[in-house]
Amino acid sequence: MIPTVASAAPARSGWHWIWLTPLALFVAIMAGTAIGETSIPMDTILKVLANRFGGMSFAVDRIEAGIIWDYRLSRAILAACCGTGLALAGVVLQALLRNPLADPFLMGISAGASTGAVTVTIAGVGSGVLTLSLGAFAGAGLAFGLVVALSHAAGSGTGGGRGTQAAGAIILAGIAGSQLFNALTAFIIAKSASAEQARGIMFWLMGNLSGVRWEDVFLGLPAALTGLVICLWHRRALDAFTFGTDSAASLGIPVRRVRGVLIAAMALVTAVMVSMVGAIGFVGLVIPHAMRFLVGSRHTRLVPASALAGAIFLIASDILSRTLVPGQVLPIGVVTALIGAPAFALILIRGAKRR
Amino acid sequence: MRLTAEHIDWKVHGHRLLDDVSLTVESGETFGLIGPNGSGKTTLLRMLAGLRKPKAGRVLVDGQPMSAMRRPDIARAIAFVEQQADTLDRLVAREAVALGRTPFLSPLRPWSEQDDAIVSRALEDVGMRHLENRLWHTLSGGERQRVHIARALAQQPRALLLDEPTNHLDVRHQLSILQLVKQLPITVVLALHDLGQAMDCDRIGVMEGGRLIDIGPPRQVLTLDRLRHTFSVHADLIDDPQDGRTILRFRHAL
Repeated sequence: MIPTVASAAPARSGWHWIWLTPLALFVAIMAGTAIGETSIPMDTILKVLANRFGGMSFAVDRIEAGIIWDYRLSRAILAACCGTGLALAGVVLQALLRNPLADPFLMGISAGASTGAVTVTIAGVGSGVLTLSLGAFAGAGLAFGLVVALSHAAGSGTGGGRGTQAAGAIILAGIAGSQLFNALTAFIIAKSASAEQARGIMFWLMGNLSGVRWEDVFLGLPAALTGLVICLWHRRALDAFTFGTDSAASLGIPVRRVRGVLIAAMALVTAVMVSMVGAIGFVGLVIPHAMRFLVGSRHTRLVPASALAGAIFLIASDILSRTLVPGQVLPIGVVTALIGAPAFALILIRGAKRR
Repeated sequence: MRLTAEHIDWKVHGHRLLDDVSLTVESGETFGLIGPNGSGKTTLLRMLAGLRKPKAGRVLVDGQPMSAMRRPDIARAIAFVEQQADTLDRLVAREAVALGRTPFLSPLRPWSEQDDAIVSRALEDVGMRHLENRLWHTLSGGERQRVHIARALAQQPRALLLDEPTNHLDVRHQLSILQLVKQLPITVVLALHDLGQAMDCDRIGVMEGGRLIDIGPPRQVLTLDRLRHTFSVHADLIDDPQDGRTILRFRHAL
C-alpha cells in the first residue's frame, strides 16, 4: 500500500489547537505539581493558585502551599520551558543540517554548554543565572563550531540529501565533541573544585531539576518563548531547506543570515536551559521525530507541535524521575535517556531501511 | 527576461572552473548549454541563478546587476532546478511544489487560495496532479524531477534554469518535459547531455574546460568538426526525410 497524505499529515484541522494547546499544557503543569512524594489534591493546588494570582484567601495548609508554590510549580514550569527549548533546537538543527540525527545533546552542544557553565562556576566570575548562561552560551557556540567543522572535514558536508552518510559523519563528530568537552569539564572540576562543589556539579551535569527557583523560571520562560517566536517567524525558511541549502537559496532565502540567526538562537536557548538544569539528552531527537509522524514535516505545524510536546514530555519525565524509585529522585537526564535511546535506535533502523 | 553574463570567472582551490565566460540569453529564448563532463555547465548555471557570486565579472538581469538585487527578488525572477535534490523528509508531492511560493510569502503575508491555485496549475503542467498526495520517497526518479520542475513553475519565474532535467526520465517523459519547457513563454536555459535534445534549442553554447567556445543555432554549432574535437566522437548529420530535421548519428568514440 502506498502511504498518502492522509496518514502523513492530516488536513488543516481548524483552530482547535488555539484552546487545546494551553489546556494540555495547563493539565501537564497541574499533574507535575500534584504528583510526587506527597501527592497533593487538585483542589489544594487550585486554591493556592487562586490565592497567589486571584487575590483570594482560601485556607490551605502552609506546608502544602510551600511545596506547591516554592517547589513544584516553578519546577514544572521550568521543565516545560526546557522541553520546549530543547525540542525546538532539535527541529531547527535537523532542518538546517538536513540530518535526522541532529540534536543539541548528540552534537555535543549541551556538553560544550556544560563546560562553559562549569568554568564560570569554578572561576567564580559570579554565580547568577545570567553569567552562568553566558558561559554556557560561549561553550555551546564553541562546541557547535567544532563539531560542524569536524563533520565537514570528514568529507560529508551538510548540504544535499546524502542521508545516512552525512548523518553518520555528524554523529561521529558529535561523539568526538561531546567526549572532548566532557573531559574538559571533568578536568576543570578535578583541578579546581572542592569536594562539595564537585558533588553538586556532577549531580547537575546529569540533568537535574531539583532546587529550581522562580528566578530560573524568569530566565527560562522568556528564553523558550523567544525561541518559539523565532522558529515560527522562520517557519517557511525552515521548510525551504527541505532540498538543501542551494535549493533554499534559489527559493529566495538569504541562507547565511537565516542559518546564523536560527543556530545562534538555538545555541542560546540550549545554553540557558543547560546552565539551569544540566544536559538533558534526547528531547531534541525524540520529540521532533514523533511530531513529524503526527503532523507532518511542514514547520507551520511541526514547530508548535514540537514546542508543546517537548514541554509535556519533560514534565512527564520529571514526574517519573520523582516517582520511579520511591524515596529517591533520579536525575531527569536518566529518564529521558531511558526513553530516548530506544527511540534513537528506532530512527537509525528506519533510516537504514529507507535507503 | 534577458539574462547576461559578463566576463565571469570562478575558481575552486586554485582550479579554474569558469574562465572569462560572456553570454546573453534573450527574452523568451530556449538556450542549451552543452559540453563534456566537468566543462563548467553546472557552475555557469549556478552563477546565472545567483547561487554563487562570480570571482570576477557580473551577471545582469534585464540589464540590472544581480549583485544589487535582494535574494527574494532574484527568486521571483529566476527559478533553478538542480540535478539531484533529494530529501529524507516525509512530505507529499504537493508540499514540495508549494515550496515554490516561498519567495512570495512572508511571516506577515500568509498562504492564500491564489497560491493553492498556482500550485495546482504547476502540478497540472507537469502531469503530476494525480500524484499530488504521494509521499516523496515513494515517487520514481522521473516523478521527482517533474515535481521539481513544478516547484520551479510555481515560482512563476521569468527565467527557468534547468541542470540536465531529462537525466532520470524515460523517453516519453524526456520528450514531454522538453516540449513543456520549450512552450513556456519565458527564458529557458538548459544544461544538456543529450546532443539530440540540444538540436531542438533556439541557440546552444558549447563549454569546454570552463570556457564558452562557441555559441549559435544548433545546426551552425554542432558541426562534425566540433563533435570530433570537443566531444571526441565521430558522428554524421542526417536529414530526416519526413520533416527535414537534422538527426545526429554517432558512429564511435575517438
